[in-house]
Amino acid sequence: MITLAHFIVLGAVLFCIAVAGVFINRKNVIVLLMAIELMLLAVNINFVAFSRFLGDVQGQVFVFFILTVAAAESAIGLAILTLLFRNRSTINVAEIDSMKG
Amino acid sequence: MPTFNDFLILLPEAYLTVAACVILLMDAFLKGGQRVAIHWLSIIVLLVGAWLVIDGQPATAVSGFSGMFIRDPVAEILKVFSLLTTALMFIYSRGYLRDRNINEGEYYALTLFAVIGIMVLVSAGSLVTVYLGLELLTLSSYALVALNRDSKLSSEAAIKYFVLGALASGMLLYGMSMIYGATHSLDLATILHVQNVEWRNLMLFGVVFAIVGIGFKLGAAPFHMWIPDVYQGAPTAVTIFIGTAQKIAAFGMAYRLLDSGLGAYAHEWRMMLAVLAVLSLAIGNLLAIVQTNLKRLLAYSTISHMGFLLLGLVEANPAGYSAAMFYAISYALTSAAAFGIILAMSRAGFECEEIDDFKGLNQRSPWFAFLMMLVMFSLAGVPPLFGFFGKLLVLQSAIDAGFLWLAVVGAVFAIIGLYYYLRVVKVMYFDAPVEGTDVRAQPDMPLRFVLSLNALALLALGIAWGPLFAWCQRAFGITA
Repeated sequence: MITLAHFIVLGAVLFCIAVAGVFINRKNVIVLLMAIELMLLAVNINFVAFSRFLGDVQGQVFVFFILTVAAAESAIGLAILTLLFRNRSTINVAEIDSMKG
Repeated sequence: MPTFNDFLILLPEAYLTVAACVILLMDAFLKGGQRVAIHWLSIIVLLVGAWLVIDGQPATAVSGFSGMFIRDPVAEILKVFSLLTTALMFIYSRGYLRDRNINEGEYYALTLFAVIGIMVLVSAGSLVTVYLGLELLTLSSYALVALNRDSKLSSEAAIKYFVLGALASGMLLYGMSMIYGATHSLDLATILHVQNVEWRNLMLFGVVFAIVGIGFKLGAAPFHMWIPDVYQGAPTAVTIFIGTAQKIAAFGMAYRLLDSGLGAYAHEWRMMLAVLAVLSLAIGNLLAIVQTNLKRLLAYSTISHMGFLLLGLVEANPAGYSAAMFYAISYALTSAAAFGIILAMSRAGFECEEIDDFKGLNQRSPWFAFLMMLVMFSLAGVPPLFGFFGKLLVLQSAIDAGFLWLAVVGAVFAIIGLYYYLRVVKVMYFDAPVEGTDVRAQPDMPLRFVLSLNALALLALGIAWGPLFAWCQRAFGITA
């Protein structure tokens, strides 16, 4: 029997993987974008699970909004990424460090 | 079902959305010299928007769309000041954008969409509207920061802002999902009145994540990493937006989420905010001392100012909120003038953003040096300027809240902060100009005039701060 707790734990695990992906990754900015998407999906699992087990439809409606915004967000993220590559010829996270202090 | 009345409540936002689309179209069709019309039209649109907000304001709070959108006096004040500071920013930015060949039409349209985001955010009555308003604001801001397409610093600032901003939104959303799970509702008013939450720990978990999200958006330490890089890397015409209207929005978001939604957990989040306040005051003021770039210095000064704003929020009652709102407004008007001066001094091929560039400013343009001195004194909190009374009120509210130690920390760091503001004044009045920077700045007439008004208003509002503070107090239901 799959209970609410299983879904919450799955959401938490995905969320932790996403946060770790943002902080540990030192190589590629595209991986950062993927980690951010994963984070939003973890949130969606939470919302859908709560919505299903509480018998309340609002949570699922919120998921639609999150999916839409996530699409807009990755569009802007990729646009900034192409700009970055054009200006610096690299998308290595460790090399994006011209501002410090 | 939404009724006609619901849309009437939404009138200023609906009007601005249509206006922003019209400006986007005009940008596509107008050519060459006609484009100056976009500039003036955008300013008029903002001023008419502010008039619609004030004129249509109902006497008491009303809500539309089943409580998702709230129009109350708090939202009114926050909207009016974000519209006004954005109008100031448009006037200051025109020459800067023209000199750098930045597409003006996109700048005005994106900023207007961001302002609509602010207006939805500060009127939010549900977690959905908080999220949508916030994302409209931040997504537009990411694009604005990257607007200077050929600048390495601008694109670097944009990617840093994007990654950390998206991370913050993710954290906030995760918290929202926990709050939804614990209270079975997305409506802030319902969340506030839910009795016997089934899973109290789940709820507290959600509160912590919400605080992290708010901390990121305010730029309070330890969630401040993006602020210095974004302030320095973004075109100054965009930095001014992040330093003014966005701070007002961040206050509005904190108030909506923490008071209207999570007010029952005030005992828990007050302590968290107190910790954020101390860290922001310490990190902001201490790191600002070593900066040589004025935009970066103002970034660290923002972090310390957000620490002061949090001092007002820790009281968690109407008196504290009105002090914090007054502080947010005084900070927004002061930093608008500060970035206005940087914009006025910059010209084609020269960014006047190093502190050394201000050496001997008094000999070249004594009037701008005087205005800059007013701004720096107001940021430092020297009486009788505007910033002083903001600081006084938040320190008072921290003492009333029983956080005497916090007020002492705030006062000590305010004195430490005086050092780096006074250094700028000293450089302007007592140092000799550096070779190559001693060309007189020639900003256009509207900028000179409005910037002078803005900076002198800091003095005027510092002397007559009563009416504005009374307005803030009335908004939170305090009758003096």
